Amino acid sequence: MKDKWRFSTNSLGRRLLLQLLLVAAVLSALLYLAVRSVANQAAIAAHDNILGASATAIAEQLTASEGEVLIDIPYSAFSMLGAISEDRVFYRIDSNSETITGYEDLPVPEEVSIRAAPHYYSAQFRDSDIRAVALERLITVDNAPVSVLISVAQTRRGQDAITARVANTAAALGIGFFLVAGLMSWLATRSTVRPLHDVAGAIGRRGAHDLRDLKSPIPSELAPLVNALNGFIARLRDTLHRNETFMAEAAHHVRTPLATVRTQAEIALRQAETDESRLTLRSVIRAVDESSRSATQLLDHAMITYRSDQLALETFNYSDLVAEVIRGLSATAELKDLTVIADVDANLEYAGDKVLIECALHNMVDNAIKYSTDEGQVDIQLSKVEAGIQFRVCDAGRGLGGSVQRDLTVRFKRGLNVSDIVGSGLGLTIVEHVAEVHRGCFTLISRSGGGTCATLTL
Amino acid sequence: MFYTDFSFGGRYVRNTYALKMSAVWFCCLLITVNASAFEIESERLFESDNQRNELRILSSTDLDYMEPIIRSYQMQYPATSVLYTVASSIELYRAISEEQANYDVVISSAMDLQMKLVNDGLALEHQSSEVDALPAWSRWGNSLFAFTQEPAVLLASKRGMNGLSMPQNRKELIELLRDNPEQFNGKIGTYDIRESGAGYLFATQDSRQSDAFWRLSEVIGSLSPKLYCCSSAMINALHSGEISLAYNVLGSYASAVLDESDDGSIVPLTDYQIFMLRTALLPKRSKQPVLGGTFIDFLADSANRALIDQQVGLPAINGEVFNTHQHYRPIALGPGLLVFLDKIKRKRFIKAWSDALLQP
Repeated sequence: MKDKWRFSTNSLGRRLLLQLLLVAAVLSALLYLAVRSVANQAAIAAHDNILGASATAIAEQLTASEGEVLIDIPYSAFSMLGAISEDRVFYRIDSNSETITGYEDLPVPEEVSIRAAPHYYSAQFRDSDIRAVALERLITVDNAPVSVLISVAQTRRGQDAITARVANTAAALGIGFFLVAGLMSWLATRSTVRPLHDVAGAIGRRGAHDLRDLKSPIPSELAPLVNALNGFIARLRDTLHRNETFMAEAAHHVRTPLATVRTQAEIALRQAETDESRLTLRSVIRAVDESSRSATQLLDHAMITYRSDQLALETFNYSDLVAEVIRGLSATAELKDLTVIADVDANLEYAGDKVLIECALHNMVDNAIKYSTDEGQVDIQLSKVEAGIQFRVCDAGRGLGGSVQRDLTVRFKRGLNVSDIVGSGLGLTIVEHVAEVHRGCFTLISRSGGGTCATLTL
Repeated sequence: MFYTDFSFGGRYVRNTYALKMSAVWFCCLLITVNASAFEIESERLFESDNQRNELRILSSTDLDYMEPIIRSYQMQYPATSVLYTVASSIELYRAISEEQANYDVVISSAMDLQMKLVNDGLALEHQSSEVDALPAWSRWGNSLFAFTQEPAVLLASKRGMNGLSMPQNRKELIELLRDNPEQFNGKIGTYDIRESGAGYLFATQDSRQSDAFWRLSEVIGSLSPKLYCCSSAMINALHSGEISLAYNVLGSYASAVLDESDDGSIVPLTDYQIFMLRTALLPKRSKQPVLGGTFIDFLADSANRALIDQQVGLPAINGEVFNTHQHYRPIALGPGLLVFLDKIKRKRFIKAWSDALLQP
């Protein structure tokens, strides 16, 4: 029993269902017993009434004449008993405790006061169960009272048949009740447990960076659990936020001295006299650039993580934004003699967080420029698609070199074929993150003729 | 001993009736009771070619009537020989209730006595598709099954009526007798209910139907009636011109005999006509109740009703008759029949009847 109970405690729903079924079973059993007992009592009462009527009919015909009690049993006294069931009928009439007619051995009640009302009793007679009534009447014979006792009895087969029928009906009723109650218990259990599933589902469906509080309506019993969960999420969010802030601060603090170092290094380069020192200084500047870029992207990443918690959604002109991004990077592109071909639909308006989108677009175009070979071509396309809006940047560079997108969008992870190019490994992570918080999608595929196509669909 | 002579089928039989329902009923009569054995009227063994078992039937129905049924039964059960014993209904009751006689089927026209056997737990239960098909009024529970419905009728001799018009109902019969006392004095026959089970049943049921019964009894009593033990005796007396009217004769016997003579005829009374049911039961002491059951089923089988109707000459169970003739009253099987078997009730009834019929 205890093992079973422990088994059932594994599931709240099963435990609840089991208890409800137990209650239903107990109620069904009670219903069965109640219906049976009430119906049986009613059947017995009805039978008793007819027995009583039969005895009364005989009693009403009692008269006294010439010093003796005259008995004239009316035909109806027995025929009425035959009308209700095909049971055997017995009777006995005693005058002053002496049987004057009927079945002498029919049991009659011992010395009870039955003068007032008919006395009903059950007994055994000739191997059969009988139900009987005894009735006493006082008849005055020669100025002396004579006590006449009339008993009428009937076997109980008719009653047993009714009892059996009632028992069947009651059993059917009990089983029906249990089935209905069981079905309702199951439904009730399901609906009770559903909020738990809902909460679990709501948490399960969340994106990796979604650290908002749970706000869906919940039953009051679950409030402590959800509050605790929300408290936990808030602490997590805080910690994360602090980490990002720390990183942003750190990046900022690194960038400023780096800028100073770069300026000093350029001055030194101009004044350098030997080729060797010039070479050294150039590599210093390159290292500084790399660090600075990493710091910038760390800053961007921190910013994105922070903003994704509270998106500032607005509808703005994407066409203008793309043009702006291209303009910002045109200097870099010119350095490599790249041809940038922009196929941008005019005046495309769509919702989004402008700062985040700009950051994502900037990273995509920057990547394309960075990984393009000199004098190559970068195609930029902005168009309206069925799902919303699509921004695509294609280069003719070295392609993905066998890496898959899932690896490239991990923080600080870079392609296998790009060690010669300055990069932090954060760019694609940022783009993917932006796509995610906007419920859009970001795909990165190799072009057939070499190069890569990055597509952001919002 | 109480001896009576009565004729049956033209044959005189000397018969003994040891009446012992209860000694109290007849305490006024001087009877010595032969308690050792009940009185048998006749007995016959219908042997089968390859006898394997013997069905023992105790019946109040004359052998002539039952022979076609038994023969037909043996066609269906060729390995069964049948011992058929005839006794009066009262003797038959005594044989089963007191002497524990060994029989497998008990057939009697005394519905009240059959009912008492069932009520006292002396009958077995029997269930089959044949008895289940019987109408509800022709059976009592699973113990008592009727196979004929036979009316109690008024018989009149055309010679004896001497041109008087036939009465249509009991009121007209009373008027007829009152108006012609000389013609009918000593010329009316009816049952002696003190010795005939069927006569007692008819008289008691008659008294329940109408008050006219007692008025009629008074009138008959004033005309020095002749009392008979049985229907066949009355029919013969009518036939011989001894009596002109016979009241409460078993119609089935009458119609079987009277076909041959055009003198006597059944007078249809339209106020009411009582129908007695001839019933069969399986006694509790039967040693082969399954075999007895096959005979009950044979009697109850609706396919055998034509046989009972035509070859036997007894009216088979037919509920239609009671629907089309409102004044036909079948005596209901049930505990009501026990009322007139109550010794005090019986004493009172016979006293009232005697006061009316046996006028000095």
